[in-house]
Amino acid sequence: MSIWEYANPKKFLSTSEKVMPALWVLSIALTVGGLIWGFFLTPDDYRQGSTVKIIFIHVPAALMAINAWFMMLVASLIWVIRRHHVSALAAKAAAPVGVVMTLIALVTGALWGQPMWGTWWAWDPRLTSFLVLFLFYLGYIALWEAIEDPDTAADLTAILCLVGSVFAVLSRYAVLFWNQGLHQGASVMRAGAVAGDTEERVSNVFATPLFVCMGGFALLFLVLVLYRTGTEIRARRIKALLARERLEAEA
Amino acid sequence: MIALLLRDLKLAMRAGGGFGLGLSFFLIVTVMVPFAVGPETELLSRIAPGVLWIGALLACLLSLDRILALDWEDGSLDLLATAPLPLEAIVTIKSLAHWITTGLPLVLIAPVLGVLLHLPASAYLWIFVSLLLGTPALSVIGTFGAALTVGLKRGGLLLSLLVLPLYVPTLIFGAEMARRGASGLSIETPMLLLAGISAASVALLPFASAAVLRINLR
Repeated sequence: MSIWEYANPKKFLSTSEKVMPALWVLSIALTVGGLIWGFFLTPDDYRQGSTVKIIFIHVPAALMAINAWFMMLVASLIWVIRRHHVSALAAKAAAPVGVVMTLIALVTGALWGQPMWGTWWAWDPRLTSFLVLFLFYLGYIALWEAIEDPDTAADLTAILCLVGSVFAVLSRYAVLFWNQGLHQGASVMRAGAVAGDTEERVSNVFATPLFVCMGGFALLFLVLVLYRTGTEIRARRIKALLARERLEAEA
Repeated sequence: MIALLLRDLKLAMRAGGGFGLGLSFFLIVTVMVPFAVGPETELLSRIAPGVLWIGALLACLLSLDRILALDWEDGSLDLLATAPLPLEAIVTIKSLAHWITTGLPLVLIAPVLGVLLHLPASAYLWIFVSLLLGTPALSVIGTFGAALTVGLKRGGLLLSLLVLPLYVPTLIFGAEMARRGASGLSIETPMLLLAGISAASVALLPFASAAVLRINLR
């Protein structure tokens, strides 16, 4: 039993269809549950008031925005090295989900920044890198859309993803160098943040529902990618069937 | 290799002025900026390094589709791909030709345009050096973008969308270096990083471009 068995589209479809209903239920339950917990059952922060609760959307979305690109990078590598079509299609399927996550993170960040920092947008390193990441996603999706031959498109976008990843990391550090930030550091995962022995941390009251939301968003991403990959496989299969039908009609 | 370089240079000089076009575009962008932001000397001299960098970047972008598209259309790219020269070398030569016909003139003329923008006297040297270090990266990255979009009929807009995010680090370090130079700060860190990006791009990206071209020529 190796993971490469799932590179067979048929095997992939049958397995993913089996696990997807459970994943849907679990991801929606976690996301909705985490959000309700976060929105209604946590106290207001004494300085930030109720705006602090946007963290329950903002942080998981930002996390998934980065992980989606990372997943696309891995899938592209698998496509380039082992040429499994499912992998290329999974990368294609993940991109729109990733771009929406990036957009959510940017928009919720702006909504939070307006009352807290007094501005919708600041050219802060984190904000700017996310904007650049958003542009990378747009270029990647646009390239998929522009090329007709599916294999050429898969190859070209895979290489773009590899080169783009390097430049995305470069941009991240370039931006850090270019402007010092307003955005707080990563306070959720910092060592001791959950155990509660550092000064600057997300309080446990907020941390637990936040982790639930993160889990929910991660599962939601997973199930959306599985679903969209299945759709892509079927779309390609229909195309092949139609082409065969035309051939037989001509013959 | 030299023959190919000379051929590309000659083509760029003769065939309908791809050569002057980038320069004229750079000039006109620089002239437009004061119209947009107003003629105050102080403001202009403060934003001048950034304006010159953006202008150079856009002029470079404008001429990218010429790197490969013409050869693609008349089929000489297929011939080049079957030539004994490795495709990586061909791509490098193409980038070099693009740099000589677009990047280098931009570098040379930038200080002159700096006069129009009241560039501070201390900055002339640094805008020149930063562009000299940065434009090779612009050409090589641009060649990668051009290789990605070479098979597309209307690839121009897509090319900009793909290439501009890749230009971000180069632009940041280049403009930062020129800006620091203008205000007399230490320019060492951005200069080294800019040079590093250029060197790494020149060394590694031709492989990616050649791979992409092979896919497109399939």
